[in-house]
Amino acid sequence: MRHNGAALTLTLDGEKVAFTRGETLYEVAERHGRDIPTLCYDPRLEPFGGCRLCVVELEGARNPVASCTMQADPGMVVRTRTASIEVQRRILMEMVASENRDADVDPMHGYASQEMAELLDRYDARTGRFAGATSGTSRPDDDNPFIKRDYENCISCYRCVRVCAEQEGDYAISVMNRGFHTQITTEFGGHLKDSACTFCGQCIQTCPTGALGDLKALANRDVPGETETTRTVCPYCGVGCSVDVMTRGEKIVGVLPAMDGPANEGALCVKGQFAFDFVHHPDRLATPFVRDDETGELRPASWDEALDFAADKLRKVVRDHGRRAVYGIASGRAPHEAAYMMQRFIRAGLGTNHIDNCSRA
Amino acid sequence: MSNPLADMDKPDVIFCIGTNMTECHPVAATRLKRALARGAKMIVADPRRIGLAEIADVHLPIRVGSDVSLLLAMAHVIAREGLMDQAFIDERTAHGEDFMQHVAQYTPEWASGISECDPEDIEKAALLYGGADRGAIYYTVGVTEHICGVDNVQSLCNLALMTGNLGREGTGVNPMRGQNNIQGAGDAGALPNNYPGFQTVTDPAHQAKFHRAYGRKVDLETGMTKVTALDLCGDGIHAMIIDGENTLVTDPDRHHCEHALKSLDCLVVIDIFMTETAKVADVVFPATAWAETDGVCTNTERRVQRLRAAVPPPGEAKPDWWILSQLARRMGWQGFDFGSAKEVFNELCALSPLYNGLDWDRIDRGEYQWPVPARDHPGTPRLHEERFENGRGIFKMLEYRDPEETLSDEYPMWLTTGRRLPQYHTRTQTGRSDGIDYLLSEETLEVHPDDIVRLGLEDGGYAELSNPRGCVYVKVHGTTKSPKGTVFASFAFEDVPVNVLTGGGYDPVTQTAALKACPVALKPVGPPPALSQTGPETGFAAL
Repeated sequence: MRHNGAALTLTLDGEKVAFTRGETLYEVAERHGRDIPTLCYDPRLEPFGGCRLCVVELEGARNPVASCTMQADPGMVVRTRTASIEVQRRILMEMVASENRDADVDPMHGYASQEMAELLDRYDARTGRFAGATSGTSRPDDDNPFIKRDYENCISCYRCVRVCAEQEGDYAISVMNRGFHTQITTEFGGHLKDSACTFCGQCIQTCPTGALGDLKALANRDVPGETETTRTVCPYCGVGCSVDVMTRGEKIVGVLPAMDGPANEGALCVKGQFAFDFVHHPDRLATPFVRDDETGELRPASWDEALDFAADKLRKVVRDHGRRAVYGIASGRAPHEAAYMMQRFIRAGLGTNHIDNCSRA
Repeated sequence: MSNPLADMDKPDVIFCIGTNMTECHPVAATRLKRALARGAKMIVADPRRIGLAEIADVHLPIRVGSDVSLLLAMAHVIAREGLMDQAFIDERTAHGEDFMQHVAQYTPEWASGISECDPEDIEKAALLYGGADRGAIYYTVGVTEHICGVDNVQSLCNLALMTGNLGREGTGVNPMRGQNNIQGAGDAGALPNNYPGFQTVTDPAHQAKFHRAYGRKVDLETGMTKVTALDLCGDGIHAMIIDGENTLVTDPDRHHCEHALKSLDCLVVIDIFMTETAKVADVVFPATAWAETDGVCTNTERRVQRLRAAVPPPGEAKPDWWILSQLARRMGWQGFDFGSAKEVFNELCALSPLYNGLDWDRIDRGEYQWPVPARDHPGTPRLHEERFENGRGIFKMLEYRDPEETLSDEYPMWLTTGRRLPQYHTRTQTGRSDGIDYLLSEETLEVHPDDIVRLGLEDGGYAELSNPRGCVYVKVHGTTKSPKGTVFASFAFEDVPVNVLTGGGYDPVTQTAALKACPVALKPVGPPPALSQTGPETGFAAL
């Protein structure tokens, strides 16, 4: 239904606001700073309407509607935070809390792991009114070193199932049973390694309760210091996924996908997510080495000695064989500045074009 | 890539060739899977039944190195069926008519004889791509690492040109670059034929420009490629400086490579670990690693992004640019007084027409894709939109050529190499990251079950893989992922150095090594103790 080019509008908490065709009520409200609570929502996934926290009052509708699945229509009159809606949300959060053994999980579990705890606080919902039977069976038997599977903390929001299917296209995680007996599982209920799982870690990062957790980051939970993050780019393939490296003091304690990364929009693979700790490996070179004239072995040296040693040898080669006898190979792994300086060294220093990088092999 | 990554969920028809994207570029592959979920069709040409092939509409299990024949036949079908974009051909290309005549002889039946693909599948693939409104081609080194790598790429360009699948959303000819900054290394001028920004060294105007910038006149003559340089070690090339590359393990024909590096009077290696290559160096400089280094990298879609240090480096490790500029100063050269990565990058921007509009601060959020020729330029997510940089898109009249080495009675199996998802390159990084080995702890040779029976091998047993360059012992893994007559291994694990065997020729234009097609003999051998007799350190021996 086009309105002759006129802006589409609806009424949001008494305010007339514009929207574009295809937007949901949730998206319109978020754009206008409403901060509607959700647990099953991940902006990268299709709306699901499972947690019912995002319900709003819509004039003309008999019951509150889930704003995440309701498409905005011209003339709608919507109220996002009435007293009765807030009561409903609080009761829902109390019920969620009653199901969860550990509401306050370590933030090292993953990107979204604090969502439930924050809402429990916001709605002062730790009343224990509905405490009783619990659901979800954890899988401590799964010996994979990356993904903690603590389904006793699961609230059946299906975000892990949906991110694996919709975003990754892997369909490794599925749902078994229904209602109270819902259980997140894999094909044949086995370990992740024996499923279609690629260990990209996206399920961890979208889990709002910490039922799924980043075991590599959690292994560092006792490293002292505040967790800080630094935006950089993954060191592996050429896709160039943005990541937020988590550090405490001088230690990398984990990696978070950057949801606003221009190349990856929050996606990562097993290497980008988990293969970061080579940086601190004891094999790292911490000093220059030179080949000892007497023993013929490489031995540690100071920068002064090693630079002079290399320069002497290079000068001798130039003296004996000419400037065209020196060749530079730049890295496809190091930054621009490394490759640029290598070619500058060869071109400005020796006046030749004897420079290449590792792209031919 | 001609098109941005964001275009990857937009094609109607996806044509992937020589790219094992779900393992080598997993995050990019998720976009293709989303396109498929939306209803797009996918053609996958790859000898192996890789992950993408499992979800493809047409899988063309081509014989390694036969790409040109397949692509000629696809062009043939598209021309025969009149599926060309004639307006695009008329307005933006040259030699279109000649090309249509040229491909008239290359029928799917002809290509089937070379590529071993079903002619009906070739027909089907051509009709799909030719009939697409938005057809996008993706390829990786499965296309380029052949003696006909350039021909393969130009064949793909021919297909895109004849169907007008360039310069629009969800189209393009898109190489997926393999390393985090392999694009950037070329951008920055680490090439024997180009200054930074792909300015040719043979152009006197470029020579003059860099003379002014560097205070030294650089030869007008193109430098030699790495491949040639390795051939000439000890005989013209007497010193090498290698930064962040485990040349000894990654390059073809390891014995040749090892001999070459040992023939040098001086080998300087800059790295973060004592790699096999560093071990044979005269001087090893310790570099700062990822997450310890401020810098810039360019991804496969030409996006220029900042790398940021998060932790201090171990001991006295230093950034590569610092090491090289200090070494230049010790050589007594002027003009290497750089104080930061920012200064280095800004000098590159000033000298590269592709980066003229950029500087360190402007790329803070990574929103620019080159070319960015001026400060007010928004960047170029999609190449070739209005026109081609060099005028018209030129059709190339290509012919199929056999690989330099072909099968014989003595070497009757094709070996092809690649990567596996959890491990990266020679495992210098992933092998030192906790947990990765849980997913993949050893290399195996993928062999078709029929070949296992035929050759008397045992699934889980060991095989000797050999050719005149050497031999490698490897555990056998029976799988229909590899077709009959072709075996596959990655070069990730030190104890299975498959690059002992590779090295049968190079592309004549780029000198890229033919790493993907290598005739070998395969026979059963006893369990691992046999390895100790053939060399304790490397597990291989020259024949």
